[in-house]
Amino acid sequence: MRISTHRRALGALGIAVTVASLAACSSSAGTAGGATASAAGGSKTYTWWDPYPQHDASSSWAKRVQSCGDAAGVTVQRTAYDTTALTNQALLAAQEGTAPDVILLDNPAVSTLADTGMLTTTDEFGLDTSKIDPNLLAAGQMNGKTYGIPIGANTLALYYNKTILDAAGIDPTSIKDWDSLTAALQKVKAAGHKGITFAGIGTEEGSFQFLPWFWGAGAKLTQLDSPEATSALQLWTDWVKQGLAPNSVIQNSQNTTWEEFLTGDFAFGENGTWQVDAAKKAKFPTGVITIPAKTGGAAPAPTGGEFIEMPVQKDTKRYATTKKIVDCMTSTDGMVQTATTFAYYIPPTADGQQALLAKDSSLQPWVDAVKAAKGRTSDNLGTKYPKISEQLWTAVQNALSGSATPADALKAAQQKAAAATK
Amino acid sequence: MESLTTTVGTTRRTAGATRTGAPAVRPDRRPAASTRWAAFAFIAPLIAYLLVFYAYPLYRNIDLSLHDYTPRAFVQGNAAWVGLKNYTDIVASTTFSKAALNTAAFVLISIVFQYAIGLALAVFFRTSFRLNGVLRGMFLVPWLLPLIVSGSSWAWMLNSDNGIVNSVLRTFGVTPINWLTSPHWVLWSVIIANIWLGIPFNLVILYSGLQNIPGELYEAAALDGANGRQQFRRITFPLLRPVSAVTILLGLIYTLKVVDIIWIMTKGGPGDASTTFATWSYREAFGTGQPDFSPAAAVGNLLIVIALVFGFVYLHLQRRQES
Repeated sequence: MRISTHRRALGALGIAVTVASLAACSSSAGTAGGATASAAGGSKTYTWWDPYPQHDASSSWAKRVQSCGDAAGVTVQRTAYDTTALTNQALLAAQEGTAPDVILLDNPAVSTLADTGMLTTTDEFGLDTSKIDPNLLAAGQMNGKTYGIPIGANTLALYYNKTILDAAGIDPTSIKDWDSLTAALQKVKAAGHKGITFAGIGTEEGSFQFLPWFWGAGAKLTQLDSPEATSALQLWTDWVKQGLAPNSVIQNSQNTTWEEFLTGDFAFGENGTWQVDAAKKAKFPTGVITIPAKTGGAAPAPTGGEFIEMPVQKDTKRYATTKKIVDCMTSTDGMVQTATTFAYYIPPTADGQQALLAKDSSLQPWVDAVKAAKGRTSDNLGTKYPKISEQLWTAVQNALSGSATPADALKAAQQKAAAATK
Repeated sequence: MESLTTTVGTTRRTAGATRTGAPAVRPDRRPAASTRWAAFAFIAPLIAYLLVFYAYPLYRNIDLSLHDYTPRAFVQGNAAWVGLKNYTDIVASTTFSKAALNTAAFVLISIVFQYAIGLALAVFFRTSFRLNGVLRGMFLVPWLLPLIVSGSSWAWMLNSDNGIVNSVLRTFGVTPINWLTSPHWVLWSVIIANIWLGIPFNLVILYSGLQNIPGELYEAAALDGANGRQQFRRITFPLLRPVSAVTILLGLIYTLKVVDIIWIMTKGGPGDASTTFATWSYREAFGTGQPDFSPAAAVGNLLIVIALVFGFVYLHLQRRQES
């Protein structure tokens, strides 16, 4: 008798567990995620995703985000993902109808997400983008519509080690084109130092670092195997072959490259605006020059940086508050605050740039570089860019590692890119 | 919605199968309805678990591979049906043959060395000596370390310019090797790291297998004048065969699926030089700026099929051994 009662009880428990788990499954499809769950109750919590996992909850960036929530009278719940993971998470959330209220999105990913229809336009939100530098806004524009606003921009330049250049008798201002740069590298090597380090890793970072040379030769992303493109890849390959750049550049990320430069052995390191503060703290004096184009002048470097995006919500009443948060991030004062919080992020408006320069005039070369920079998805590439970029970094890897000549590597890349973007 | 109906349909079928199986256990009388319900309630959590965590993901993976899921289609749920096009595309891709060769080399070489070294260590640790337990414990360290740590450490040790391995080579006057950046060496580098990772698993399983071989056999063999090598060949190896088969099969399946160590060390590069099916699938889905879920799922399904083939081979061998 006791046993059968037990059995019945256990059986009931089994049913209960099953029902509960099924209920959990069905509800996860409909209402998981902060945004939708809180939408119905007119909650005061707004969700925010960004690609800065290095800034934790106690960081000044987290406080900056929260201050914009405070200004709008709501709590901002911030979640940080790695850049690539953020795109995937956003797609998944959009599919489930649980997109966050705000996403800070790496600029080349904007066109991919905009194309899915998950982002609102700045017109729908009544946001004014007329003051934003057109070269920076371009990454967010598709078919005449603008998706989001850049909250700041960064780009690449060449940091140099002043001690090494002085010892080798090189004047950094004399570096005007590829020939003078290569000559400087040879001089540095002859003096017993290492020449230059950059990131040739097989990810988007590899393409990002190669683009100033690619564009600086006059090449276009629509034709990866042009003679101009080949000359750019030949330049990098020759540097590695001649020992002017270390072999490890093939697997270097931008962080690793920076660590190499900080060892003090390298004369030059290609890196971005975000290292300005770190460069000041280096054990040796540093300086910055713009990356030279093949025949002289500054090469167009790719723009880096995030756009603030407002994903489509079921409850459109949320937009009014979201707009307040966006306004707080994109006002001139807000952009300058973001710029200094991130040390450094160049504001995308003339007013913002002036205000930042008034605080720190040494950022002038970076402001110039950002103004001359070019969006990776511009030239109407949009969603085709990620496909082309994948082939570009593969070609860089193949050429630098000696699997193929630069010409052959780029030829294969062009064939694959053309097939993938048909 | 589509998935829900499928789930329900499968539940009914599986439940039916259970019911028809039940009378065989108690052929004498029909179980009371309440008992049958209780029986179903007991099995239901398991069935629900299997459906939610095994059947649905598998179904979804096949579904992904038969449609063209661009990011837009993924969000809007209107992916075009393309049949087997993703499969023909991956087979026609230049990466395919490279990935196939790399996968075969990666799996076979890893397994052979993991097993051989694991077995040698297991036999070594069979004899009791001082510090046996401590040393054996230390061999488990690779297993306990998070892969991100061991992968990064290997990448750092094998760095062309600053790695400890090359600096040792230089000390002995050997030309340094571009372990992770030369297309000729990179596959070896990830294989070496993977062998190191797999030894503890082989050691643990084979060691416990050895515990089940009765000591008297060795005593008898010793009395008959068998030396160590003969004891290994005539006793240890044959009696360990069932355990070896399981170890190798599990090793095969684990190794086929390895993504992390390769991804952390080389991202499958330079170019495609260390790309296996598993890393290829991962790269298509998560490694670029634009996720390509459909080809990624196709490559993933291909891997599942390969693993299944090995599974069936194992079952076949086992059945033959039993009969």
